Amino acid sequence: MSQVTLKINGKNHTLDIPPGMPLLWALRDKLNMVGTKFSCGIGICGSCTVLVDGMPMRSCILPAAGMAGNEITTIEGFAPNGDHPVQIAWNEEDVPQCGYCQGGQILTAAALLDSNPNPSDKDIDDAMSEVICRCGTYFRIRKAIKRAATLAAEDGGAA
Amino acid sequence: MKTREQNPDLNRRSFLKVSLLASGALIVGVSWTVSAGANEIMNETWMPNLYVRINRDGTVTIVSKNPEAGQGVKTAFPMVVAECLEVDWKDVNVEQAPLDDRYGRQVVGGSRGTPDGWDDLRIAGTGALYLLTAAAAGKWGVPASECKAQDGVIHHPGSGRSARYDELLDFAAALPVPEVSELKLKSRPEDFSLLGSFVPGVDNHKILTGQPLFGADTRIEGMLYAVYEKCPIYAGKVRKANVEQIRKLPGVTHAFVVEGTQNLHGLMPGVAIVAETWWEANSARDKLRVDWETSQADSTADYDKQAAALADASGETLRSDGDIEKALGAADKVIEASYYYPFVSHANMEPQNCTALYHESGKMELWAPSQNPKSGRSLIAEVLGIPEGQIHVNITRIGGGFGRKLVNDFMVEAAWIAREVRRPVQLQWTREDDMRHDFYRPAAWHHFKAGIDGNGRMAAFDHHFITFGRGGKTISGAGLAPNHYPAGLVQNFRLRQSIIEANVPTGPWRSPGHSAYCFAYQSFFDEVALAAGRDQLEFRLDLLSRSYGDPPLDLARTSGTLRMAAEKAGWGRDPGANRGLGMAFHFDHGGFVSHVAQVVAEGSRIRVEKVWSGIDVGPVINLSGARNQVEGCVVDALSTAQLEITFANGAAVQSNFSDYDLLRINQAPEIECHFIQSEHSPMGLGEPPIAPATPAITNAIFAATGTRIRELPFSRAGIST
Repeated sequence: MSQVTLKINGKNHTLDIPPGMPLLWALRDKLNMVGTKFSCGIGICGSCTVLVDGMPMRSCILPAAGMAGNEITTIEGFAPNGDHPVQIAWNEEDVPQCGYCQGGQILTAAALLDSNPNPSDKDIDDAMSEVICRCGTYFRIRKAIKRAATLAAEDGGAA
Repeated sequence: MKTREQNPDLNRRSFLKVSLLASGALIVGVSWTVSAGANEIMNETWMPNLYVRINRDGTVTIVSKNPEAGQGVKTAFPMVVAECLEVDWKDVNVEQAPLDDRYGRQVVGGSRGTPDGWDDLRIAGTGALYLLTAAAAGKWGVPASECKAQDGVIHHPGSGRSARYDELLDFAAALPVPEVSELKLKSRPEDFSLLGSFVPGVDNHKILTGQPLFGADTRIEGMLYAVYEKCPIYAGKVRKANVEQIRKLPGVTHAFVVEGTQNLHGLMPGVAIVAETWWEANSARDKLRVDWETSQADSTADYDKQAAALADASGETLRSDGDIEKALGAADKVIEASYYYPFVSHANMEPQNCTALYHESGKMELWAPSQNPKSGRSLIAEVLGIPEGQIHVNITRIGGGFGRKLVNDFMVEAAWIAREVRRPVQLQWTREDDMRHDFYRPAAWHHFKAGIDGNGRMAAFDHHFITFGRGGKTISGAGLAPNHYPAGLVQNFRLRQSIIEANVPTGPWRSPGHSAYCFAYQSFFDEVALAAGRDQLEFRLDLLSRSYGDPPLDLARTSGTLRMAAEKAGWGRDPGANRGLGMAFHFDHGGFVSHVAQVVAEGSRIRVEKVWSGIDVGPVINLSGARNQVEGCVVDALSTAQLEITFANGAAVQSNFSDYDLLRINQAPEIECHFIQSEHSPMGLGEPPIAPATPAITNAIFAATGTRIRELPFSRAGIST
């Protein structure tokens, strides 16, 4: 066990971490923060995406012990009231089917819009290809990202 | 932290005070009035039946009985009740029911949810409104027929009086419940105000803010985490395992051998490792050494050899109409082609998991993302010897089903481990466990011969189907109904079947059978139409214009969807350079769906640009949910047509998304849905759109490239997206 202090959603958590434990399992099993999902375990499907200093990262392959000093944002802490333009657009387009991957989709989309407030189809495909949706909500994800971009622009670019 | 959406004990007690009004009662023709004691107020809440609760504070709760796996039932079912109850949708709270026999069928499967629930849900809403209306009329001394309900308020326009539902609860609760025959049930789109509109999912807020919903999100005080190692070679038994060594590893609390059974769909033998965190349990697994006793070595290579040897076998004749040999002999042209598709995996994003708690009293409680929790309960009762009445199952949201979670191996494994451990345990499979221990959609070979007569019609259809079985009987998902079209559409028809023995687990995979063999049929129809020199649409409409004996599907409804898809796609137009259009129709699980796909070829890569869909499942309940299923099915078809599971030495070869790479957004087409709201009861949509999507795409690939895809995955023809 090693002790590490993780800054998650703006709060510090000091935890005893077994050697090699990825951030995903520190969140899920140590902190009971279950919004971040397990799916492939090898960093290729994106269900476990969290933001690390604003960048989408795969928490299933990030050792928790190495994350001290980083700002970690999970889907629970991203916009807890659901009022971020991405969440509003996601609801209005009714993107989720099963919903399991959607936390990863939303954080990835939010990071895209942060760096590129008006993405093209190609930009969307490039960024969002990182996250698999088995239910096939891709067509709506494209629409929702465009809607979110519009909402954010109306809000004065707050995405 | 506990994640459950309701207190099952409270509901159980409360429900015992009300009776079963809708479910079952209607089906057996028993009126509501047999249920004395129904319709009363408990804890400030009026509960006219199992689905509706109205609180004195005005809160309206509608219970959703079926598991939600992304098919949209948790929104669609309560919408039906709300429509009939005349309440404003934004005032409705939706609650997930636990497994409770009084609800009847609680299954995600066979696209049966909608047709099964349609009557009960309308009765539940309409019956409650009947009582509220009668209560208001009685209070005001006016005829009930003069009262109208809207948005949770009863109005009497003649006197200008009105009352909110929550003001009428005591009066309503004192009234006798009506006969079902007294209720006027809404049935057509013109009656609806809420149904047919675009309604976002009721769980969206929780999903979008990461709140607990799914099976794996369950957290219980004192809970441990488990992994379960099974033999990669199906049915392998544990001879010995180094469990003593495993128990000493960090965080590990228990490690033990489970003898299990030889039921491929039940508790398979294995080794359980339980730890304080899942990571520790799974890390300990790296050190696990198991000596397995195995008894089979099935392989794809061997299946292929057997299939090749059987190609010219006579097989068992399942159906024979007319005189096939004579008709083929007399045909102007005979077209012959063979089709193949491989085994595929469900690959739902949420790997199998289940949380179980064994109480010292002998009761078992589970939190299960199961598509069929009732069969899971039966399996646990059978294997663990716990009476079903002692097993309580909380139904959690499911992170993708597609048929995988109709089989409850993960439930019985969790139950067994929890009883051994005597603490709450969450069993979580890895992705590799999931992909290697799936119940795969079986592969098959289809050898077709068609005879075209002087009028360019398909006058003979000869089909040899090579599939998988055990003990000479087809295994789960491997059968083909002898009355499946084109049987009944062609005068001379023969279906023969040959079976390859298989020891690998198979099961229902979204639109079982149909999602696979529709590719073969509708691709071959394309070949026949081309050979006959006919337009694809005209050829298919002609095929659907007559039947010989009972039609195998509703010809008018099927043709209607095909015309709709073709019209919207602009069938007959020039799609442009390197582009092609392809079409297919199908009927399964009560739904009629046709698609037209447009493909553009960019070298050996193809891109599906757009799919137009014509759909007839009767009136649409939730437009958003309905479109979602069509869109999802098209993506699923395109994804699965590029994937395969192979076997070597009795085990699956693929194990993760690295070698079973699901479709990603950059390959996803645009999809345009057109619903024909016919005069029929509504049917489900989780399955019907997938079967015709694959051949619409492969036929479009042919139109764009000249490459006929007769084998899946696409890569066998050198095609990728």
